[in-house]
Amino acid sequence: MIEISGLQKAYGALQVIKGVDASVAKGEVVCIIGPSGSGKSTILRCINGLESYQGGSITIDGQKVERGSPGIKAIRSEVAMVFQRFNLFPHRTVLENVTEGPIYVKGENREQAIVHARELLASVGLAEKADAYPSQLSGGQQQRVAIARALAMRPKAILFDEPTSALDPELVGDVLGVMRQLAESGMTMVVVTHEMQFAREVADRVLFIDGGLVVEQGVAKDVLNAPQHPRTQDFLHRVLNPI
Amino acid sequence: MSEFLQRSAEYLPILLQGAWLTIQVTLGSLLLSTLLGLVWATMRVSGITVLVWLSSSIINLLRGIPIIVLLFYIYFVMPDFGLSLSALQAGIIGLGIAYSAYQAENFRAGIEAIDKGQLEAAEAMGMSWWLMMRRVVLPQAFRIVLPPYGNTMIMMLKDSSQASTITVAELALQGKLIATSTFQNATVFTLVALLYLIMCVPLILLVRHFEKRGQK
Repeated sequence: MIEISGLQKAYGALQVIKGVDASVAKGEVVCIIGPSGSGKSTILRCINGLESYQGGSITIDGQKVERGSPGIKAIRSEVAMVFQRFNLFPHRTVLENVTEGPIYVKGENREQAIVHARELLASVGLAEKADAYPSQLSGGQQQRVAIARALAMRPKAILFDEPTSALDPELVGDVLGVMRQLAESGMTMVVVTHEMQFAREVADRVLFIDGGLVVEQGVAKDVLNAPQHPRTQDFLHRVLNPI
Repeated sequence: MSEFLQRSAEYLPILLQGAWLTIQVTLGSLLLSTLLGLVWATMRVSGITVLVWLSSSIINLLRGIPIIVLLFYIYFVMPDFGLSLSALQAGIIGLGIAYSAYQAENFRAGIEAIDKGQLEAAEAMGMSWWLMMRRVVLPQAFRIVLPPYGNTMIMMLKDSSQASTITVAELALQGKLIATSTFQNATVFTLVALLYLIMCVPLILLVRHFEKRGQK
């Protein structure tokens, strides 16, 4: 469904993505792991057209993703994104955050959008927060609203950019729980994350990125339990044994 | 004191006529400067080189010309080019154009204060640039911009007195006319000052009301 081939991206003279090939099949959960600054988030942002790229191509169901192209808005409304810092709209209630896209971008009927939004908020355990403002919620609750907002677009796939990195440790579990539930329902997901346990238990495949290249990829359990490449081994050793 | 009250009763009807013109000039130029300011600010943040350049040129040009010169230009020079305006029209247009530069800079500061993550969330949802401005950026910028906007409103109320230089018989000019014909400077200018203060109060209250509402 998502095909990335030969992806290259540079900020001025700094080459951050140096030819990445990857694909994500429908219903698959792929985790992208790797050290900070390796280009993980940049790849994710290219998939949604938030970043332009200089070489290679990204297609979603055969449609080319290109920042600034006329078709990009249609692609974006089908590939939702969840951000590290939530990025909820602070001037709108939780319910309005969730209905914003369906009503104003997709032109759905307001009443139906509200009914759908309430169902989604219930599914992430926040039905009673519909009329609250984002500032009145904890980080974990805000991120679950952001997931409901992404789902409200009825996307083909959801991209998660380090969804738990800005959360207090005790709130991480709630968000990962919702994501696991989503994965089990068959949603196509690409998740940039440092949560190795989540990757091991939920992901179908794992991509290890370092220095703008895919160093190793494969079935999640294989890569995480028995990494082949020395850099993957080193990275996982450091992440799993911080002291 | 009773003398003051007696004279006040005598001058007030004339001064109130002036105050009514002051209100017209202020509201008219406020509306014009807000609309033009929004246009300049939108051009400035559009990311389209020609528009950015054009709007920053206009803003710098307007900031560099004294309001009084702009008023003279519109009232005394434009007729040479076949555009004759009444003093009131020229006053509103002159002040409106002059203040649009300051309004634009206020609005731009408000728009640029919005967290980049907000833009990304809107963009990632598939919003067009205009929808993003309307639904995400401007409503948030509005709250940021309100306190300086309130300041500008009050400054415009007071600067409307500059329209007196092109014969708009607003409050300050009416005061000056009464004072020069009666020599009651103290009474007249105290009344004028009080009337300006009274007209400021609703503006101050309005801004406070909006700020409270925006604190959610």
